[in-house]
Amino acid sequence: MIEVKNISKTFGETKILKDVSYTINKGMTNLVIGQSGSGKSVFLKSLVGLHSVDTGEILFDGRDMTKMKSAELKQLREEIGMVFQGGALFTSSTVEDNVRFPLDMFTKFSKKEKQKRIDYCLEHVNIGHASNLFPSEISGGMQKRVAIARAIALNPKYLFCDEPNSGLDPVTAIVIDNLIQDLTRELNITTMVITHDMNSVMEIGEQIMFIHKGNKWWQGNKNEIFNTDNKELNDFVFASNLFKSIKQQR
Amino acid sequence: MNILYHIGQFGLLQRRIFSKPAKFRILLMDTLKEMDKLGVGSILIIMIIMFFMGAVVTIQTALNLENPFVSKVIIGFATRDSIILEFSSTVTSVILAGIIGSNVSSEIGTMRISEQLDAMDIMGVNSANHVILPKILAMIIMMPFIVIIAMTMGILGGFISTYGLDSLDAQDYIAGLQLDFSAFKVYYSLTKSSIFALIIVMVSSYHGYFVKGGSLEVGKASTKGVIYSIILILVANLFVTHLMLT
Repeated sequence: MIEVKNISKTFGETKILKDVSYTINKGMTNLVIGQSGSGKSVFLKSLVGLHSVDTGEILFDGRDMTKMKSAELKQLREEIGMVFQGGALFTSSTVEDNVRFPLDMFTKFSKKEKQKRIDYCLEHVNIGHASNLFPSEISGGMQKRVAIARAIALNPKYLFCDEPNSGLDPVTAIVIDNLIQDLTRELNITTMVITHDMNSVMEIGEQIMFIHKGNKWWQGNKNEIFNTDNKELNDFVFASNLFKSIKQQR
Repeated sequence: MNILYHIGQFGLLQRRIFSKPAKFRILLMDTLKEMDKLGVGSILIIMIIMFFMGAVVTIQTALNLENPFVSKVIIGFATRDSIILEFSSTVTSVILAGIIGSNVSSEIGTMRISEQLDAMDIMGVNSANHVILPKILAMIIMMPFIVIIAMTMGILGGFISTYGLDSLDAQDYIAGLQLDFSAFKVYYSLTKSSIFALIIVMVSSYHGYFVKGGSLEVGKASTKGVIYSIILILVANLFVTHLMLT
């Protein structure tokens, strides 16, 4: 479980995050939604330590990340898996070598053990057949799967996904969403997904936080989102006619 | 203030680069790969450039020393010293700043904008150390070899050019090459070339590592990396020459 307590972050004169608190529960997919520029990516980057917060606490199972020394932070980062918006795969390495990278860096596995783990991760995301291809030789959806395989290679306790289905067709996007949800349950990990894709919200939104102008504006689940009278959230979620009509039918 | 900011940021980056690597075996493997990519990959172009440069230097020296009171062996002597002292190290380094500097800046810059460096940092891997240190080590190791090859090709180019010159024969050229030879000059050239190698990779890496934006900014960072590398090479050349030769 990750407990975020009253974090704030300012860049120059602009306050991006304003006193945001959120509890990210283990074993379920926790979504953070919001418009572009609302602060959700800064929120994610603060949680993984790419940005330091100005105030507040970020507790990873009780361990406060904001007070950690570099050695403790390094230890924590080994427990974190991250799937980037663009995949962030190492373009000069094959699919297999991308998954091998964290194993090479942080384990003392033998060559055989590493290969077994790589095969397991790639099979888990249904991409074992592409192990010898380079990222440029596979589709966007496959790249996301590889990114997920790399993220779970070290058996992370925490999985962060930054718009994992952006740029994907609706079918592949749902496959990726379901894959993240299945892995979260199966591996019993703490997962947080940043998205502004309403299909993802409806598909895997077990717990959702809506960020608006740097503030935590609303929290609930995918069923509660239909009954809220929060104007900004309604404007955001039901911006399209399709979702408006779905809401009206309910 | 801007210069101070860059100096500070450059210093902090060096501290990250020269920290203890996660695994020495990986550092060794990566260094070998970079030696092949950056070092071996640059040899052919350096050989071609230095061959023709040596030939032109010899011809120009010969044409400018057409005087019955000046010994012909001076032409070989002047060519040798020009090539050993300056052309093989400084000119080669300026050329390599263009070839390797732009390569390093754009590679690291692309890794930055495609979040590959962020991915490493989140995993707990020191991205500066993992990506830049092998390049620095590779170039420091490879640079003396490249410079020795450059010297050889320059002198060979000069030798071949003597066959097209009426005013100089090959025997005089060879005698000039051997005249008052001092191994210290080679040592001096190799020393400064290693310093230049360090400058090329560190400056180019810095510009790539902190790039923000998209591919256009990567291109700009690459250009900046080359320009600043060349300027710093020329400044360092002055200091090293003062320190070692005066």
